[in-house]
Amino acid sequence: MPRVVVDVMLKPEILDPQGQAVANALPRLGVSDVASVRIGRRIEIEFTGEPDLDRAREIADKLLANPVIEDFTVRLAEADETADARS
Amino acid sequence: MSARVGVVTFPGSLDDGDAARAVRIAGAEPVRLWHGDPDLHGVDAVVLPGGFSYGDYLRCGAIARFAPVMGSIVDAARGGLPVLGICNGFQILCEAHLLPGALTRNQHLHFRNRDQVLRIEATGTAWTNAFQPGQEVLIPVKNGEGCYVADPATLDRLEAEGRVVARYVGGNPNGSQRDIAAITNEAGNVIGIMPHPEHAVEALTGPSLDGLGFFTSVLKHLVGAPA
Repeated sequence: MPRVVVDVMLKPEILDPQGQAVANALPRLGVSDVASVRIGRRIEIEFTGEPDLDRAREIADKLLANPVIEDFTVRLAEADETADARS
Repeated sequence: MSARVGVVTFPGSLDDGDAARAVRIAGAEPVRLWHGDPDLHGVDAVVLPGGFSYGDYLRCGAIARFAPVMGSIVDAARGGLPVLGICNGFQILCEAHLLPGALTRNQHLHFRNRDQVLRIEATGTAWTNAFQPGQEVLIPVKNGEGCYVADPATLDRLEAEGRVVARYVGGNPNGSQRDIAAITNEAGNVIGIMPHPEHAVEALTGPSLDGLGFFTSVLKHLVGAPA
């Protein structure tokens, strides 16, 4: 069954301290050419019937993201893209 | 008859007992409310206590906001019921859109647990009328996601309308914008506060008795409020 992927990211103007902490650790790996890191959340939704992007958008807007601080995108997952397909 | 102040228990609430005790010490009757029960049992005010509610899996307060009791609280709050959200309760009030803005991860990523000086900026609310404008109080903070954020227009509006209720003094424990520790809605009956006034109501267990003022304020407010 195809899944809907919802990606939730903090809005660009909201400080992402987790991303900053990761970025600050990169020089310890010898990585010096990364300007910034932002951390978000990926949610996969499987509908019982056909995947419904409008419904997913509504779910994302009401629950999965907080539009005050976060942006989200909604799309159909590619066949080989979901966690189960890879394992 | 003394005022009845409801204290909601969510799965993960951990300061509900202290909040109920603070209500009792202030001279009101605490009424324990359960998140799954939409009945407010005729309470005159409600406290959403601190803790780690089940919504935190997604975002603090995001799922707790949909608890059956919250539907009743949102309706009653819009009708003027005094509601105080402490810490996780503050997060839930923001997620429920009773208060603007959001609480995010502390900027330094550390959990902060310390006694904190606050300046009371707004004394015209249901929960702060016992204080003097500009009064400094000592109240514990303990949070991991207590950084208050909102867009600049919202912050400006809060400031212009006198809705910043309390500010951190002597160091900002979580990076909150404009040192905001507590805000109120337009009507002044709904307050969200990140520090814990319920932990500053007894000499034995708190750094001061300053927190008591929040709970005596609501009693004063209820006496003056039309029935």
